[in-house]
Amino acid sequence: MSKIACALIGSGNIGTDLMYKLERSEILQPVWMVGIDPDSDGLARARDHGMKTTHEGVDGLLEHIEADGIKIAFDATSAYVHAENSRKLVEKGVKVIDLTPAAIGPYCVPPVNLPDHLVAGEENLNMVTCGGQATIPMVYAVSRVQAVEYGEIIATISSKSAGPGTRKNIDEFTETTSGAIVRTGGADKGKAIIILNPAEPPLMMRDTVHCLTREAPDIDAITQSVLDMEKAVQQYVPGYRIKEGPIFDGNRVSIFLEVKGRGDYLPDYAGNLDIMTAAAAMTAEQFAQSMLMN
Amino acid sequence: MDIKGKNITMHDMSLRDGMHSVAHQFTIEQMVALATALDAAKIPLIEVTHGDGLGGSSVNYGFGLHTDEEYLRAVIGAVKQAKISALLLPGIGTVEDLKMARDCGVSTIRVATHCTEADVSEQHISSAVEMGLDTVGFLMMSHMLAAEKIVEQAQLMVSYGANCIYMTDSAGYMLPDEVREKISLLRDRLPADVELGFHGHHNLAMGVANSITAVEAGANRIDGSVAGFGAGAGNTPLEVFAAVADRMGADLGGVDLDKLVDAAEDVALPLMGQPTRISRDALTLGYAGVYSSFLLHAKRAEAKHGIPSRDILVELGRRKTVGGQEDMIEDVALEMLRARG
Repeated sequence: MSKIACALIGSGNIGTDLMYKLERSEILQPVWMVGIDPDSDGLARARDHGMKTTHEGVDGLLEHIEADGIKIAFDATSAYVHAENSRKLVEKGVKVIDLTPAAIGPYCVPPVNLPDHLVAGEENLNMVTCGGQATIPMVYAVSRVQAVEYGEIIATISSKSAGPGTRKNIDEFTETTSGAIVRTGGADKGKAIIILNPAEPPLMMRDTVHCLTREAPDIDAITQSVLDMEKAVQQYVPGYRIKEGPIFDGNRVSIFLEVKGRGDYLPDYAGNLDIMTAAAAMTAEQFAQSMLMN
Repeated sequence: MDIKGKNITMHDMSLRDGMHSVAHQFTIEQMVALATALDAAKIPLIEVTHGDGLGGSSVNYGFGLHTDEEYLRAVIGAVKQAKISALLLPGIGTVEDLKMARDCGVSTIRVATHCTEADVSEQHISSAVEMGLDTVGFLMMSHMLAAEKIVEQAQLMVSYGANCIYMTDSAGYMLPDEVREKISLLRDRLPADVELGFHGHHNLAMGVANSITAVEAGANRIDGSVAGFGAGAGNTPLEVFAAVADRMGADLGGVDLDKLVDAAEDVALPLMGQPTRISRDALTLGYAGVYSSFLLHAKRAEAKHGIPSRDILVELGRRKTVGGQEDMIEDVALEMLRARG
């Protein structure tokens, strides 16, 4: 079966982890990795894996797009440079999957709205944030049963799994995630909190979701919906699980989650990396399917 | 110990850290009354924010009775000489919140991170500096990191533009020797024009002793709350610190000790639901090195799930939880409940 050629922009934690995910894909072929530091670990690994690399940023890739047939690019740089990267890539007819919190395109959380995006066929899709990918499916699982006035998520990740991009972009994390709690999760209002914990050994990614329902919660229907959603996410992130809950306290519905990664680039504590890259890879695969059919 | 003649800027925490004592439910009138009394006592700097900083109002930390903006506008409109500060924890609050606080008229922004995570504060510290605010880097849970490493983190905050660095004993765990070692090294390594501060909690009754030690070692800003306000067993009791520092001949910049003691006794104390004491749980926080704000949340988990709050707090310490991880409290309680069948 033929594959769709892809480029990875950004050679940090996310870009490198994504390389491993794409290598397992039956329809995606990672061809290029773009970095800015010639000595980065990510670029070295990409070369070892037979990929073409450049350390001259996205400009180093542009002239090769046509010759190498690049159809999809993943941007894992930072919110600050994404808009410019995206403009250049889209101009060349490349579909851009944005893993920064820049969010210039619509939010994509696969089990919630990937089918809608396949129909709409946008040029740029935003994968929200790691915390958003872990929690918004659960906000949606509650809001598809009944109205949610307020959704709040707390994402706790190990310090080791947060690279310099995430650290510089911490406001973009909270703002993008809270925006997506509303627009994708379906809550009237959203709040997102991120905590970094330096404990050794590193802790597994943990996420807490609180939803305040407008009317008294339908316990049975919400519980079923939440358990169904856990299974849907496990399709692409096997280490995703509900640790506790849903717990009901008046109009508050709380779900405590843990995300164990597949240990591709960073060890399995870095579920935050995994859920982001797995969601992006799954999104790209669905688009690749339709590209191959056309 | 000798702090004779040293200048000390006292920074009141009753209306921010003290928010934890009342589950963030101060009325505007209560806040203004206490701020006015502190202002009359010539306290130079008063912090006003949700207990968990700007944007802290949430399910996780507790919703405030009013918004940060409502509290800030009311207090800033009421004080005569005191300047007002706001706290911000990156990951909870954002630069947008910071702009709001600036628009309300705060003089000082304190950007707080866990002691190992200073590099998440770059956006916020540099924004506050650009706004021309007195900008403080606030290293929480400083007992969890060796002195040399604390210096590295402080240097990051200074490189972003902070003009003052705080060593924050969020768990009330530190003893004076540790305070001396860390503040001395910071004083030694940081530029002389960078001020140093100490923020204590009284969980092991060391708040005053630690603060005096910090001054002796080179700190000039000292945080405290009156009448036992503050998370855990409260912050360093400010009126007691002032009395001790005054007897030792420090320069408190014109703070009126009698009026401060009156503010504590006549205004602050009646606002407390229950007078603060070093309870079993507060002592556990200090002994086990656990974030002081967890106390009331652990009490609530005990009431709801029947797991003793002390056991929950010890387990949170064992797991090396950090400030902000309040969501772990119910999670741990549920896990313990399950383990106990």
